[in-house]
Amino acid sequence: MHNAINLWPLLGIAVVVAGFLLRAHPVLVTMAACAVTGLAASFPVTHILESLGTAFLKTRNLPLILLLPVAAIGLLERAGLKEHAQASIARIQSATTGRLLTVYLFVRELAAAFGLTSVGGHPNMVRPLIAPMAEAAAEARVSSLPDALRQRIRAMSAATDNVGLFFGEDVFVAFGAIVLMQTILRAEGLEVDPLHMALWGIPTALSAFVIHAWNLRRLDRRIFREAGMRT
Amino acid sequence: MIALDFFYVLVGLLFAATAVMNLRDRSNPRRFTTAAFWGLYALVYLAGERLPPLVAGVLMVAMALLAGCQLVRPGKPRAVPEEARRASAARLGHRLLVPALAIPVVTMIGSTLLKDVRIGAEPLLDPKNLTLVSMGCGAIAALALACGITRTTPLQGVREARRLIDAMGWAVVLPHMLAVLGLLFAEAGVGKAVAAVTTSAIPMDSRLVACAAFCGAMALFTVVMGNGFAAFPVIAGGIGIPVLVGVYHANPAVMAAIGMFSAYCGTLMTPMAANFNVVPVALLDLPDKNAVIKAQLPTALPLLGVNILLLYFLM
Repeated sequence: MHNAINLWPLLGIAVVVAGFLLRAHPVLVTMAACAVTGLAASFPVTHILESLGTAFLKTRNLPLILLLPVAAIGLLERAGLKEHAQASIARIQSATTGRLLTVYLFVRELAAAFGLTSVGGHPNMVRPLIAPMAEAAAEARVSSLPDALRQRIRAMSAATDNVGLFFGEDVFVAFGAIVLMQTILRAEGLEVDPLHMALWGIPTALSAFVIHAWNLRRLDRRIFREAGMRT
Repeated sequence: MIALDFFYVLVGLLFAATAVMNLRDRSNPRRFTTAAFWGLYALVYLAGERLPPLVAGVLMVAMALLAGCQLVRPGKPRAVPEEARRASAARLGHRLLVPALAIPVVTMIGSTLLKDVRIGAEPLLDPKNLTLVSMGCGAIAALALACGITRTTPLQGVREARRLIDAMGWAVVLPHMLAVLGLLFAEAGVGKAVAAVTTSAIPMDSRLVACAAFCGAMALFTVVMGNGFAAFPVIAGGIGIPVLVGVYHANPAVMAAIGMFSAYCGTLMTPMAANFNVVPVALLDLPDKNAVIKAQLPTALPLLGVNILLLYFLM
């Protein structure tokens, strides 16, 4: 198998790694990697452009999840959705940022495990509701929230949405990943029950919840320390 | 039948509106190039498969150059002052949540209850893209409800959509372009090359090393590709099946499940997964481009370790 595989296309990966290390513009890094990979595989330039074009049209369903809700969410933001979410959470005395995000993590992961992956999401839940509520819960304790901590809370809100989604959805039998795994293993001559794959995902799904909830507790302690310093 | 094409046209019109509004916005220092960028993207959605592949490829390169040279900027749409938003929030109260929750609720109804509903011989919702089509219907329902509750017109909705699209800027096309790169990698045989290099570089003669190599390679390859679905076939075919199942007689279901979750640990750590890690940075107005990834590292790394141990003991 020494000469059977062309290793030159690996240069494309090298371009991606170098681009991100040099902090170049991500869109340019992606384009450069496309060009290098195509040339390294000795495709002619028109062939590269055609491959890019076909792929660009075929994958245009991807941004839809992001774009479909923007008109409705934008209108609600204009009418004060963020402010309403913040005012509501500030009224609940026992609400802390960590507890709030832990509840969201639980709901998000459980819903995804039942196949309801559209319950959360960055444009329609995290930006208008979860992040403002997480901030308001911290502001109820720390009167003037330092910028670094405010940004950390926002980033943790987005992270919580991702963790809940990723480690919940793979426990759902009809999810694309399970179907993909089954198809690939079948092609290799292994017949695997999708239900078994979903079940063997549960230990990791539980570990993900515990580890992330622990990190959210650490965030709470950081907020409490800040509150103690200020008062 | 409500098909995906309908929503492609809708999104195309939204981009066209974004282009026109930016063109007419004198407060935007780069209004011509910004309008060109969104106009080209509108063309991709409106013309779709009618574009010849070569033209679509050139179009994509042009968009990448516009975005990469910092020529795509947001304008300054008139914002409602915070006091007015507060007053409106106090007046409308929990009613504001109704449209926001309509999106997931309609999506769920569409993808479960309406799944098999037919009008004549035609299914009501495109069965191949059920979730996306249901979500599109949810978004339209939410827009109608939001217009009713806030007593505004859908045109104002388009203006607000432009504000959000402007705020995300080029981050909108990054996930799309990375998906293209993934397909090109597959076509050029990058996956096979990676599998060949990893299997020849790592000694697999200890069970624990083999488990660690499998989970680590899944995560690492996902970091590079930005997508666990791209990593899984390569690493499962290169290490999982020949070494874990072939030599150590692992249960293929355990190998597959934990392998995919190891790939997801990689997704949490890479800017290549732009949808999850870069778009929220733009949406939440964070100055540090890697803020979300940094917040996820303390979860992703220990979880990868847990995965290696779980695989070792369960397989």
